Amino acid sequence: MAFKTSKSLIIGAIVAVASVTGIAFAAGGGSSDYKQDHVDWSFNGAFGKYDRAAAQRGYKVYREVCSSCHQLKHLAFRHLGDKGAPFYLEDFPNPNDNPYVKNFAADWQIEDIDGDTGDVVERPGFPSDYFPEIYPNAAAARASNGGAVPPDLSVMVKARNNGADYVYNLMLAYDAPKPADVELTPGLYYNPVMDGGKIGMPPQLEDGLVDYDPVEIMDHGKVKLIPAPENTAKQMAYDVTQFLAWSADPKLEQRKRTGLMTILYLLILSILLFFSYKRVWRNVEH
Amino acid sequence: MSGPSTYEPKYAAAKWMDQRLPIIRMGADFMTFPSPRNLNYWYTFGGILALCLVVQILSGVILAMHYVADVDKAFASVQRIRRDVPFGWLLQSMHAVGASMFFLAVYMHMFRGLYYGSYKAPREVIWILGCAIYLAMMATAFLGYTLPWGQMSFWGATVITGFFGAVPVVGESLQEWLLGGYSVDNATLNRFFALHYLLPFVIAALVGLHVWALHHVGQNNPIGISAKTESDTLSFHPFYTVKDAFAIAVFLVIFAIFLFYLPDALGHADNYIEADALKTPPHIVPEWYFLPFYAILRAVPSKLFGILLMLGAIVVLFVLPWLDTHKVRSMRFRPIAKWFFLIFIVMCFLLGWCGAETPDNVVPVIGLGKMTFYTLSQIATLYYFAYFLIILPVLGLVEKPIKRPDSITKAVLGDSHRDAGLAPAE
Repeated sequence: MAFKTSKSLIIGAIVAVASVTGIAFAAGGGSSDYKQDHVDWSFNGAFGKYDRAAAQRGYKVYREVCSSCHQLKHLAFRHLGDKGAPFYLEDFPNPNDNPYVKNFAADWQIEDIDGDTGDVVERPGFPSDYFPEIYPNAAAARASNGGAVPPDLSVMVKARNNGADYVYNLMLAYDAPKPADVELTPGLYYNPVMDGGKIGMPPQLEDGLVDYDPVEIMDHGKVKLIPAPENTAKQMAYDVTQFLAWSADPKLEQRKRTGLMTILYLLILSILLFFSYKRVWRNVEH
Repeated sequence: MSGPSTYEPKYAAAKWMDQRLPIIRMGADFMTFPSPRNLNYWYTFGGILALCLVVQILSGVILAMHYVADVDKAFASVQRIRRDVPFGWLLQSMHAVGASMFFLAVYMHMFRGLYYGSYKAPREVIWILGCAIYLAMMATAFLGYTLPWGQMSFWGATVITGFFGAVPVVGESLQEWLLGGYSVDNATLNRFFALHYLLPFVIAALVGLHVWALHHVGQNNPIGISAKTESDTLSFHPFYTVKDAFAIAVFLVIFAIFLFYLPDALGHADNYIEADALKTPPHIVPEWYFLPFYAILRAVPSKLFGILLMLGAIVVLFVLPWLDTHKVRSMRFRPIAKWFFLIFIVMCFLLGWCGAETPDNVVPVIGLGKMTFYTLSQIATLYYFAYFLIILPVLGLVEKPIKRPDSITKAVLGDSHRDAGLAPAE
């Protein structure tokens, strides 16, 4: 675990005092007139749904770009094939059987104990495995990243105000001109979306970075092939945000569906109760 | 008010039971309880609050089956509840949003009591029990907010438990004793979990006393004049069961809108970041329902004095029955107090606003010049205390009430009433 509060307290304190001063987090200043794009996300609104094709490509972006530093520690591979998840297939109600999920899991090396010898071994992942740690500990993460720990991304979209816009714009805002009052120490980059304008993460997405293939999604019980869009940085930022939004709130679609029926039911109940009230009180002055 | 019981057991088994444990009689008397006929919708929040308590306890018990109170696992266990436990996403949201709804209803209930003078004789004990329930609710909400072990959980707990450190002489050891260590850590989380599970049952017991006392002296009503004759009252069932049911359904619609469409609107994004003892969030802000008290706490430069003020803001509620000495209960008939009450409500909202803002920021209202939220919170705090400690006691001596009707019946039907329409419709 990257953040063992009690155990890493002392080591963390030393490392923090030695290196973190002003790094990456809310350093103040850095005001800029950078205008964030407000994307009309498909999952906003009362009937919002995730863009599954985009979320599938987003997983690829995560796997090929983000996952070299950022973990998804609250996510298991099987979650990718859950109902409502990007890789859900109707023929595989148990996500552990889902071929996509099996392939993705096998694509990662998971640390395990050999049952016969007791040795620590690495084996390909199973669908039931959680996404593995990227660094052995927080100190190692700091050491590799100029003092800043790359945050876990499982709930990142919920951990910021307007999280989807935040993630999307953060990926694309590196080109903004740096105001004169922001001073960057080596290992820091200017990013106006970040609170304070300084970020430890170098620019990541550039046009053509990730090769896009056509993806298959379930559309009303049928498999539908979605051709690959042009792999621009904007498209990749959009796709990875769709994926991370799903990761942060995987039950969003179910929640909104249930909500609609619940509220309809309650409204009808309210109307019926109002007329019951009127009837019971019809001859009573009050 | 409760009067003699009108229940007559109809069956042999009911009669047998009635002679041994008159529990059916208790329920029957509860349902036929004579209630003033002029209760308005403000009087439906009692029933709504009972429902809130039940929702919190039921969802909480199930959440406790899946939650792990351990600093290394708590955050992940909440994530597991939201991702893997069947309907865990619903229960977890219901419990978190439910806390806000509970406070929304309790504030309505309290403002209603303040306006209609429900704290005055013979209802002082009902009011005091209500204050105790509110205090227990605050403790429960605070303890519960720590459990998800996000950044606001951790730092909120650190700030609030830090208050105890401000107590002279014994402060530091008191704080350590409460935390079970030098800082908020595993021992703290575990005891907070245990207490968070305990307190709702204390609240339930207090609610039992609150309702018992209410049934002993009878409900107050919007004109504040006691029910005297039978025509002043209606049977609780069906008249108020159906009215409460309608109000509850409308309340649930609002609850559902937050629960299903805005589950995070009343929370704080920082609490989706796992607790980190080394990283203080830029703004530590409590949940919305504590903001007015947070503003009072920060309205003075001294930490100890701020804490005393904040505690005083709650203590003053307990002694309110003896501060407001005016003999008229309802502010409908108190032309001056009514306006001071209205300003009091505005001040409570302003305090909430101040609590959410950084004290040094300038209030963005034209005409106030460069007034900071700090100054505004001082003005509002001053009014909050003045309302209870100066305005109400003084008005009790000098305010002349306007003419009141002789009875609830006359208020409803005017002086020349006939008996028609008074008998409960069957």
